[in-house]
Amino acid sequence: MSDRPLLQLERGHRARIIGFSGGQMLAAKLRQLGIAPGVCVRVVRVAPLKGPVLIEVNGRSIALGRQIASQVLVAEDECDSL
Amino acid sequence: MRFALVGQPNCGKSTLFNQVAGYRAETGNFAGTTVTFTESKVRVLGDVVDIVDLPGAYTLAGASPAEREAFRYLASREVDAIINVVDASHLAHGLSLTLELLELQRPIVIALNMMDEALRLGMRIEGPALEQALGAPVLPVVASRGRGVKELFTKAYAVARSGAAPRQPMYAPDIEAAIQTLLTRLQPEPPGNSSAHGNTHASGRHPLKPEAIAIKLLELDNDVVARVEQAIPGARALVKATVEQLEHSRGQTTAWLMSAERQRRAQELAHSIVKQGARRFSWRDRLDDILLHPILGYVGFVVIMLAFFQIIYGIGSVLEKPVLALFEQIAGGVSDLLGTDNLAVEMATGLLQGISGGVAIVLPYLAPFLLGLGILEDVGYLPRVAFLMDALMHRLGLHGKAIVPFILGYGCNIPAVMSTRILEEPKDRFLAAALSTMVPCAARLAVVFGLVAFYLGPALALVIYVFNLFVIAVTGRVLSRFLPEDSPGLILEMPVYRAPTARAVTQKAWFRIREFIVEAWPILIAGSVALALLNYLEWTRYLNMLVWPITWALGLPGEVGTPLLFGILRKELSLVMLAQALGSSDFGSALTSNQMITFTVFVVFYVPCLGTLAVLMRELGRRHTAYIVTLTIGVALAAALVARAFSALIT
Repeated sequence: MSDRPLLQLERGHRARIIGFSGGQMLAAKLRQLGIAPGVCVRVVRVAPLKGPVLIEVNGRSIALGRQIASQVLVAEDECDSL
Repeated sequence: MRFALVGQPNCGKSTLFNQVAGYRAETGNFAGTTVTFTESKVRVLGDVVDIVDLPGAYTLAGASPAEREAFRYLASREVDAIINVVDASHLAHGLSLTLELLELQRPIVIALNMMDEALRLGMRIEGPALEQALGAPVLPVVASRGRGVKELFTKAYAVARSGAAPRQPMYAPDIEAAIQTLLTRLQPEPPGNSSAHGNTHASGRHPLKPEAIAIKLLELDNDVVARVEQAIPGARALVKATVEQLEHSRGQTTAWLMSAERQRRAQELAHSIVKQGARRFSWRDRLDDILLHPILGYVGFVVIMLAFFQIIYGIGSVLEKPVLALFEQIAGGVSDLLGTDNLAVEMATGLLQGISGGVAIVLPYLAPFLLGLGILEDVGYLPRVAFLMDALMHRLGLHGKAIVPFILGYGCNIPAVMSTRILEEPKDRFLAAALSTMVPCAARLAVVFGLVAFYLGPALALVIYVFNLFVIAVTGRVLSRFLPEDSPGLILEMPVYRAPTARAVTQKAWFRIREFIVEAWPILIAGSVALALLNYLEWTRYLNMLVWPITWALGLPGEVGTPLLFGILRKELSLVMLAQALGSSDFGSALTSNQMITFTVFVVFYVPCLGTLAVLMRELGRRHTAYIVTLTIGVALAAALVARAFSALIT
């Protein structure tokens, strides 16, 4: 599967992070929360009416606004080991 | 002797601090609640130790104000032992900061906090193995219950006494080589030694060891590079050359390479010492299925908020009556003593009004609200609210976290403005503060009820509330268009639900109440006395003239000016004074319904009360407070004119 924004991932699906399309600052901030290339994420839930996305990374729950979730690129492949 | 508590946000660092320090710190589930550090003296083994609670930092190389503050402190102040608090249930994360702290080569103890949480998740952490791998003592702690705290501080004391530095972690060979180059070529003079930093002890021991400085140079830490350049001219060029060489061969920035390596090592370490057993699912895991549900979540939100306000207003009204009765009695006593209609009694009344005004804010509203907020915060519900409301708040040019000041605003604008501190961006803080001062607080509720609901019916009062929301939304949209930077949006960790401890909640509430008492109350009292003086000198005529452009534009009687000015002291005063100014408390005959609506709408929006202004000044500074005052007057005028035109249409 090709890269796509985390925002397009459906609820309950897992994917591996490939990179970020935002700036360095955003990437650095996300890294500190464990959201970094190579890491598997799972979309736990999506708030209605264009709300944020709740993801699980390394056992932590983190809410990301839509704009940010659209800047995180993921690939839906071999991520079943999570 | 001084210990510094260092840890990532939500690791329970402040909870640990409160356990030993008592009444001085704030804790919270919102990342970055503790933006400035707090210090306290504690007795450990008969010795007095200064304990510093540094702001939560994910990394020492971070860019957020809290992270800069934490690093700056460690780089400039003498600390005898670092107590690194790590959330045991998220070990891989916490350890990356630990590795950074080890590089500082200072005596250190690692506190594995929330061991109960880790057990619940089925994790078995092998402490001795971790101790071996890190080369520093590791102690299990459950800070919220005070377990292991004494042992931790005893160990920290012993480590500080011995002065034993931990083992230095190693980077990949090429990075280590670069560090060595900087070390030998620069022999960096520890920056803590320079006279520009007056904070260091005269002991001659330097806060940062040369190895740590070399690492920070390689990460291109601006502060450190600048300070080394000052001591050794030409250092910047050498650092740049070394960094460029490394970046060229690796194709990544050095700061990125080094943080990636630390994170990878932290992962591996956590992997090797944690035995993952079966996770025990509990009600806490299922709670989010309801509270964050696309429909039930909002139902739950409304129910929780209604209960919250019901309880707080309940407590408030129980407390308010006897307090106000007491002050009326005192006021009666004062006029008995000093007679009536002389300067002394007017001044005394003004003084009393200021004092009682403060009490009438703190007791019924501020204290219960802050306690209630503390509970919601410590339970972990506020981040959930931020999640639910993010989409809505985006319409106002803000993001989810900004919902908190709005909710609080319906009780009292003061805690609302205080709570804007949870927002990272200065622009968001300004916008949220400006908008939340337009939310009708409990005092303005009294005006809406006393005038509109009483004389014109509750339905119209509800219309005013809906109209208020609409005006706030429009103002938010317009303002956010004029404010330059675009806020990046919501990034918020959802902590697991936790039972709040009475101690942490009361401490936090007291901390904020004390702020109000010290800073806002004196201003309130001074303002009261000044207005009483104007009243005595019968300058109300001039006061009315001052406000005349507004009263004229709104088609209100000129006498309404003075009540509007007094309303700035305390919003409900505008209703009390209105009766005085009109010479009748039967507003139905003194004012037309059109005037009542216009007056009420204006009161709802114009200038926040003096207590709120004082807090605004503290949070945002004088200039931004002036902007907000101007803005609210403008919005109030516009909204009142719209209301005037609208009510002329329907009546």
